[in-house]
Amino acid sequence: MFDLAWLIILLPAAGVLINLFFGPKLGDRRVGYMASAAVALSFLVAAWYTLRLWGLPAEEQVHTVTLWDWITAGSFRVAAALLIDPLSLTMALVVTGVGALIHVYSVAYMEHDEHYQRFFLYLNFFIFAMLILVLSDSFLGMFVGWEGVGLASFLLIGFWFDRRDDSYGYYADAGKKAFLVNRIGDFGMIVAMIAIWSAAGSLAFTDVFEAAEHGAFTAGAATFVCLLLLLAAAGKSAQIPLFVWLPDAMAGPTPVSALIHAATMVTAGIYMIARTHVLWHIAENAALTAAWIGALTALFAASLALVQTDLKKILAYSTISQLGYMMLGVGVGAYGAAIFMLVAHAFYKALLFLAAGSVMHALDGELDIRKMGGLRHKMPATFRTFLIGAVSLAGIPPLAGFFAKDAVLLGALAHQPLVYVVGLFTALLTAIYSFRAVFVPFFGQPRDRHLYDHAHESPSLMTVPLWILAALTIFGGLLNLPFVLSLEKWLEPALGAHDAPGLVIELIALTLGILIAGFGFVIAYAWHIANEQWPRRLASSVDSLQPALQNKWYVDDFYYERIVLPLRRFAGWLATAVDQKLIDGTVDGIGRITLGAGDRVRKLENGVIPSYALAIVLGVVILAAYFVFSI
Amino acid sequence: MNVANAPLLSLVTFLPLVGVAFIAFLPRDAVQNARYIALWTTLVTFAVSLLIWINFDTTTANFQFVEERPWLGVFTYRVGVDGISMLFVILTTFLMPLCILASWESVETRVKEYMMAFLVMETLMVGVFCALDLVLFYLFFEASLIPMFIIIGVWGGPRRVYASFKFFLYTLLGSLLMLLAMMAMYWHAGTTNVITLLSTKFPAEMQWWLWLAFFASFAVKLPMWPVHTWLPDAHVEAPTAGSVILAAILLKMGGYGFLRFSVPMFPIASQELAPLVFALSVIAIIYTSLVALAQEDVKKLIAYSSVAHMGFVTMGIFTFTVQGIDGAIFQMLSHGIVSAALFLCVGVIYDRMHTREIAAYGGLVNRMPIYAFCFMVFTMANVGLPGTSGFIGEFLTLLAAFKTNTWVAFLATTSVVLSASYMLYLYRRVIFGALEKASLKAITDMTPREIIVMAPLVILTILFGFYPAPILDVTAASVKALVQNYEAAINTAAAALAR
Repeated sequence: MFDLAWLIILLPAAGVLINLFFGPKLGDRRVGYMASAAVALSFLVAAWYTLRLWGLPAEEQVHTVTLWDWITAGSFRVAAALLIDPLSLTMALVVTGVGALIHVYSVAYMEHDEHYQRFFLYLNFFIFAMLILVLSDSFLGMFVGWEGVGLASFLLIGFWFDRRDDSYGYYADAGKKAFLVNRIGDFGMIVAMIAIWSAAGSLAFTDVFEAAEHGAFTAGAATFVCLLLLLAAAGKSAQIPLFVWLPDAMAGPTPVSALIHAATMVTAGIYMIARTHVLWHIAENAALTAAWIGALTALFAASLALVQTDLKKILAYSTISQLGYMMLGVGVGAYGAAIFMLVAHAFYKALLFLAAGSVMHALDGELDIRKMGGLRHKMPATFRTFLIGAVSLAGIPPLAGFFAKDAVLLGALAHQPLVYVVGLFTALLTAIYSFRAVFVPFFGQPRDRHLYDHAHESPSLMTVPLWILAALTIFGGLLNLPFVLSLEKWLEPALGAHDAPGLVIELIALTLGILIAGFGFVIAYAWHIANEQWPRRLASSVDSLQPALQNKWYVDDFYYERIVLPLRRFAGWLATAVDQKLIDGTVDGIGRITLGAGDRVRKLENGVIPSYALAIVLGVVILAAYFVFSI
Repeated sequence: MNVANAPLLSLVTFLPLVGVAFIAFLPRDAVQNARYIALWTTLVTFAVSLLIWINFDTTTANFQFVEERPWLGVFTYRVGVDGISMLFVILTTFLMPLCILASWESVETRVKEYMMAFLVMETLMVGVFCALDLVLFYLFFEASLIPMFIIIGVWGGPRRVYASFKFFLYTLLGSLLMLLAMMAMYWHAGTTNVITLLSTKFPAEMQWWLWLAFFASFAVKLPMWPVHTWLPDAHVEAPTAGSVILAAILLKMGGYGFLRFSVPMFPIASQELAPLVFALSVIAIIYTSLVALAQEDVKKLIAYSSVAHMGFVTMGIFTFTVQGIDGAIFQMLSHGIVSAALFLCVGVIYDRMHTREIAAYGGLVNRMPIYAFCFMVFTMANVGLPGTSGFIGEFLTLLAAFKTNTWVAFLATTSVVLSASYMLYLYRRVIFGALEKASLKAITDMTPREIIVMAPLVILTILFGFYPAPILDVTAASVKALVQNYEAAINTAAAALAR
């Protein structure tokens, strides 16, 4: 029934190959359309299979499609196989759907770029790898996609490999940083996989979870595994302590930030934890750790989003913060809610990034919001869509972001009230920075006349994807409207039954959520539009935090000075003092002693080959003589 | 025709010498003819070796294509292959034509002699992997260094004499000890037949000494820490194709030696000394990765990375499990492809710029997009990205090590971060960045000849990453038998001790 599901993955791969071999013949525009079509077709196939899966009873909604035997070494066997279930198809739909829109947008956005075709090559490759990640039926298969998207991310962050500026240094270095930080997470992933295989004897999801349900993992073993998986997720999904690469990743072209560093790749860690929820049920401490990591990351990143002046950096920290909410969601066991937030976030954050890209496009690459102002008159479509995205991000009903965040926080309130408090406070900060990102660039008077005069609305190839994403952002909440269309219910075959908290708790969470978002709006409005003094006084009460905020809480500096530099010095010391002087010096010394100094060495150096040949011949002669006489 | 009865292995081993004879009789200025003869000889040799692979029976662990005939009165010429040696023969014959092609234009002096040296080298290397007699093995194993000396010494860089001298010094002790060990084995078993020796039970204390003697030789060859410092020097001075052979095949003789001699013939000593090997492997992986990070010379960086990768090989072998040994063999073959490709990549820019200094490059992708692509594939394979051949060997050896010793696996896995650090450092500085240096402005992308050399390596690197079965199927039966025999020997020894 799902025998052809590999087509979902194959289509973007075909896009890569066509681009690679026929790109120059097709020309730029056609390559762009071809790449977009490859992803759009992939979306249609995924949608077709989703409809078919929809029609099946819940207990028949999990299918494995085996493609070939991948690795066989004794009792270790892994097949290359796809897992078709509501979760994997939901992810595939988001990846290909949002992906296709961003491809179309890029056709116009990347126009006149020197490496236009290479951009679509990488973009198609990313979709290909991301689909392997979400559709694989085993940890190892997922890991192939996991690393593949990392590679795509590395290549796309450093896409402008020869550019450098003050905020990123060489763009290529930002890509390198992303890859290396993610490798730390991969360390966790590899050890986790090995530990899982040792305990369960398989790496296929269904086998591992079945074994786990039959007690293959003790609580200790599961905690060990889950903490390692958490490390992996912290890398990919930019959580404490490995979030430092994501703000730098903004060096990449804006569609890349939208697709990879907001909507899809960075959510892989959340997907992975939701996918492995069976293990997290056993490892309660690891789950609690995840919840706290998520809550603290959300708070921490939101605090930094408040003070950023670069529009993309605001969105980057906002992404880290929102990913923190999702992590919090999976940590408290609200898997369905977390995936709901993942989907909604993909809509509104992709929208925000693409709209920011549209602003950038109009202002010749300028991103400093202090130089913008009044843009709503010049770019009405961009403004309206950005506003929709921001309102959703701020958690104002009835947009998708409101329902999503509410679902996650509801889970927290029901299971970990303390985590909920942190999440709720973060929601206030979220609303403030969201509206600040709208008010400063789009309202008020133009701050830079030259830029303002230059500004223009983007072409429809860019605004149409914006409007589609805006529509999804407005109506996305319907995906999980109780009694209408429940995403959480649809995901149950993959994520297990979700428990609905009581109506009272739900009402408390809803009310508090609306109030806090509204309060955030009021603060941002009073500050940036009404120009009142009280928000500034409020801010000055925490003025002592300013330097820390401006320096990103010193985390980057700490890593560089306490880890990177010492390690580099240590490596240099090993290479010179130990390897060259100690080891190699000893060898040279032995050589001099055994062969005598000076002339004799030189003589031997010149006659190395003859003397060595002689030594071998002598050896054989000795052997021969030995045999002859001993027989 | 039943090819199994034809002396195919001898044909593959000695066919290159036919090419040597032809080249020897060429007039001195027939340089181009020498190149073509060498190319065709290696291609035909490769074709014949494929014939062996096709007819190789993967269901049995026994030696196949065995040939035996008396030799020099006292010795026996005995060759054969099993699942462990089969693919090393193929790797050798596969890389040879690529080496000849890679040297097509870059070697301009004494071309005839150069080609002859490579062909002789091929005979000796294939001989090492096919030999089933101690004397024959010793002869091939030691003699294979002579053409390598000549290649480094004649066509190498400025410090070539120092490099080959150092190599000589390192090898001397190991060779001597191996020779003594072989004599002792003959004294004990009364034969030099490897097949018989494989089922000979050496007394436990004797195993210790024999194991250490072989270890002295193989550890230098592989190389293991701390006897690795000859390798960077040899690589730096060797011409490109010499580095390819050195990294891809000569190093593997050490790993092959462990699998052919140390583990199956001296199982008790292997078991008792495994902690030593683990310690050295982990040190090799972490230490050399860090040292690689501090290199300023492209070839040295890759040379140190080779030592780190060989750490996984020794770690895998000495877990004595199917996954560990399968992984070790896979790692050796994959490294044979990937390191060969990396040295060829260095050769491409060295031929153009005549420097190996990392700082001399930067921004090459501007002018060399095809090169940048190939280099990227091999960089990722060297980092061990899944989907490339580099991942599978590393993962299988780690999997096996985890069961044997969790800490060893834990420490070895840090290589995931370290290898990415030094490889991306290299790639970033050579390929990315602005093309600012005046000397680089006119650099050209790979020529069709260079693309022909790279293409099969790119394809195999990715193919084996997604479909490793052609390798794992060949090794399966022999590795299983090796592990079973090892376990049986250990159990017998334990039972004897209990009594």
